[in-house]
Amino acid sequence: MGGKLTFVQGNEACVEAALYAGLDFFAGYPITPSTEIAELMSVRLPQKGGMFMQMEDEIASICAIIGASLTGRKVLTATSGPGFSLMQEALGYAIMAEIPCVIVDVQRGGPSTGLPTKVSQGDVNQARWGVHGDHSIIALTASNHQDVFAITVDAFNFSETYRTPVILLFDEVVGHMRERLLIPEPGEIPLVERLKTSVREGVDYHPYLPREDGRLPMSDFGGVHRYNVTGLFHDMWGFPSEKPEVVHELLRHLVDKIESHVNEVTRYHEYFVDDAEILLISYGSSARSALHVVADRRKHGERIGLLELQTLWPFPSALVREKTKNARYVVVVEMNMGQVLQSVRESVEKPERVFLSNRVDGVLITPVDIRNILRLIQGKGV
Amino acid sequence: MAVGNYIRERFFPHIWCPGCGHGIVLNGLLRAIENMGLKKNDIVMVSGIGCSSRIAGYLDFHTLHTIHGRALAFAVGVKMSRPELTLLVPMGDGDALSIGGNHFIHACRRNIDMTAIVMNNRIYGMTGGQYSPLSGYGTLATTAPYTNIDQEFDVVNMATAAGATFVARTTAYHVQQMADVLEEAIRHKGFSVVEVMSPCPTYFGRKNKEGSAVDMLEKLKTTTTPLGSKAKQENPSLIERGVFVKKEMPEYCAEYQKIIERAMKTAS
Repeated sequence: MGGKLTFVQGNEACVEAALYAGLDFFAGYPITPSTEIAELMSVRLPQKGGMFMQMEDEIASICAIIGASLTGRKVLTATSGPGFSLMQEALGYAIMAEIPCVIVDVQRGGPSTGLPTKVSQGDVNQARWGVHGDHSIIALTASNHQDVFAITVDAFNFSETYRTPVILLFDEVVGHMRERLLIPEPGEIPLVERLKTSVREGVDYHPYLPREDGRLPMSDFGGVHRYNVTGLFHDMWGFPSEKPEVVHELLRHLVDKIESHVNEVTRYHEYFVDDAEILLISYGSSARSALHVVADRRKHGERIGLLELQTLWPFPSALVREKTKNARYVVVVEMNMGQVLQSVRESVEKPERVFLSNRVDGVLITPVDIRNILRLIQGKGV
Repeated sequence: MAVGNYIRERFFPHIWCPGCGHGIVLNGLLRAIENMGLKKNDIVMVSGIGCSSRIAGYLDFHTLHTIHGRALAFAVGVKMSRPELTLLVPMGDGDALSIGGNHFIHACRRNIDMTAIVMNNRIYGMTGGQYSPLSGYGTLATTAPYTNIDQEFDVVNMATAAGATFVARTTAYHVQQMADVLEEAIRHKGFSVVEVMSPCPTYFGRKNKEGSAVDMLEKLKTTTTPLGSKAKQENPSLIERGVFVKKEMPEYCAEYQKIIERAMKTAS
């Protein structure tokens, strides 16, 4: 494997990956701990003829990238919790109008202004449920820079494949930590380009009539097909409709196109899972501490393993059920009050065997924190 | 091309009430476009939410009907990506200047080449007649049953102060002037704001006892005057119509092209 070896922040790894994936339009607003992404984009994008815009707020940022995406560009915005909250309405618009875009949320402590410079994983549920109305969403995360790179490329690929916004849920530790990153050679990771319509000029083009496989070939704004895009329920022309059958059909399509592809969008790592009596489930920077515990306890002969999730939404329930079936205890390690814990409990056969090891004080959860919970569960005392 | 060719007949009849001024604005806009000979494929219309914003769906351009108040932010993304396209952004008064006020002033400041059309009927019509930031002190609305104590914005002053390089006002009564002003606005290289005073007999008119749709149109004639007219000196309460600002400033997309050139040099 060739490539370029670098020593970078996680935010920088995300930038490198987005450019690798073909990003050519970024709009954003400064917010800790994501600002480095905007700063780097302002340097790098115009160097390749792309566009960087600093907008007046996060709402304008996501609206601008949606507009740019419609003209055929690959687009990104980056923010943190408060900005992500502001983006929710437009995020729903991109879901409804089926416009590909990628949104990075480098998580910090919340609610409200919270802990701007400290780590948290408190936005997992906001990523899933922040938008009003029924919908589905893809949200991905990573614990190290090589994975940040790979998952960012995945985010663009999924976004184009399913014509949907994709959320990258990083956290302050991963965003700001520096470690090695090997940037792959161009072509090493396959890229998904936008599916364009083959309908010729002058022939009626139906922008919202899914093909048999559920995909919708697009036509760029400014191209030969003129059509309407709206956040209202709409028919195959994109024109507003309140017909019950049109509404029903569209809502089912928006949910099904993601929920029926859980396997295709599920990314994860597993460490010593097969014979694990104790299975840790973690993601993002928490997974680094969890992996440390597993490596350490394995040396002492303990049957302990780690399932590291990279796809948080749609939640990979079948995977979690399968991987937890032989474990006596399941411990979810995360930096919130149990947001993934809930989904794990809903997925497993014995939810009473699922425990939480968490920290919500702005400090990265440590191996000692996790060990203490394990001792409690095992009746050993702390 | 005949004006009718710009319309998506499939989606008619439109939703506007009898007597609404918005159809007249649509007419004036299409005549401006026809006169300029613009190609349908080169026009992108971006609108927000409200009665006025439905205009986009009826027109055979690339049309983007977005969310409340954010039309300009979406339009900025489209324009930056494809600077050669003509961007038209029709908005209501509440859409443009209440929920969208921040995007409005920043779009003025940036001077990105597009035309913002504020279809000002002084009321939230789609939701049934609540006061807007342009209703004005002393008016009545469903949410100002005793009287409105909110002072209003002056669209022209606000756009001028925020840095728009073309600012004009016209009304639904003055159809010919409207078409001319809109054409001038579209031709202008920079951010253009055109306020079109448009009557809402259903809500504003009924609540404020302004009479029929015809009475309200008549009022647009009698309460306005051309910019710089003698009538204004004699009667300062008259509202002036015309082109208030027209100046050359660096246009945002063109400036960004220079950034790209500089960045590419740095990279190589």
